[in-house]
Amino acid sequence: MAEAVAPSVTPTTPVVLPVSLPVRTVLPWALFAGLLALVALYFVGAEQGALSVFAGSDVHEWVHDGRHLLGFPCH
Amino acid sequence: MYDTTSSTVRRLLVRGMLAGLIAGLFAFALAYVAGEPSVDASIAVEEAAAAAEHAGHGAAAAAEPEEEELVSRAVQSTAGLATGVLVYGVALGGIASLAFAFVLGRVGRFTPKATAALVAAAAFTTVYLVPFLKYPATPPAVGNPDTIGKRTTLFFLMILLSVLLGVAAVVLGRRLAPRLGNWNATLVAGAGFVAAVAVACAFLPGNDDAVQAGFPAAVLWEFRLATLGIQAVLWAVFAVAFGALAQRLLAPETVRATAGTRETVPAA
Repeated sequence: MAEAVAPSVTPTTPVVLPVSLPVRTVLPWALFAGLLALVALYFVGAEQGALSVFAGSDVHEWVHDGRHLLGFPCH
Repeated sequence: MYDTTSSTVRRLLVRGMLAGLIAGLFAFALAYVAGEPSVDASIAVEEAAAAAEHAGHGAAAAAEPEEEELVSRAVQSTAGLATGVLVYGVALGGIASLAFAFVLGRVGRFTPKATAALVAAAAFTTVYLVPFLKYPATPPAVGNPDTIGKRTTLFFLMILLSVLLGVAAVVLGRRLAPRLGNWNATLVAGAGFVAAVAVACAFLPGNDDAVQAGFPAAVLWEFRLATLGIQAVLWAVFAVAFGALAQRLLAPETVRATAGTRETVPAA
């Protein structure tokens, strides 16, 4: 194997694989957006069912079909 | 090489929510076409049962719901259903994109597109399929209202447990890969996940009171099949849409990269 060929072996690889994103840059987004997403999922999936933030059952009735068809226990 | 700063994470999050919205639209279409008939059939069963109780009133009068409807069936099955499914899609799309940001370049030699498909498949399995096996979805009028608290707690507990077991399986697989090779390590981790799920299903309390005796089995089957299809469509569309968006975001820059830049996958 000729020594001059060696440096060009890696660059000719067609698939360039992604580097990873540092955990410290992902974590704040994951915590903040994750919490907001969980609050949204709570209102779709459980509000005015097992627990109630708001009185009545308007939220429950509005998302009623979605709640059933997305698999959440409803009533 | 793309930058590994916060702005890349933000762009992934935006793309994940957008892909979740697109997936939600497809899931809503299926929910309306394939899911609503069994929901209506289930409500008809409930009303027939109520009519039988009030036999003295006559069938037509008794079939009318006695309580005042806050939201009509026509709105529940369209705007209401769309709200629920689209919010679900956007929220889980956002979470999935951040899970993607964590696993990108950490689970093996996968392109962004392939990583997105793996994340979507894992999300479908852990967030819906496994909890569904133990606590399957129930149509309206089937459940016992007295047990809603217990059933909700168990359902969310099962999702949490399933996701944690899934994460543990991936970590286990990566740890075993250097010793066993990728194929065998994946098989061992997958078998471990299935075994742990089986043990959890065996020991968690059942949901026998979720379906009342005498409810038509055909309606229940159609309903549950529809819910499974909705989730399958949601995650399949998400995988394709987010995979394409993530590839466009991350890959052009890596393709442009010349010799000497980082091309290997860092250990952590």
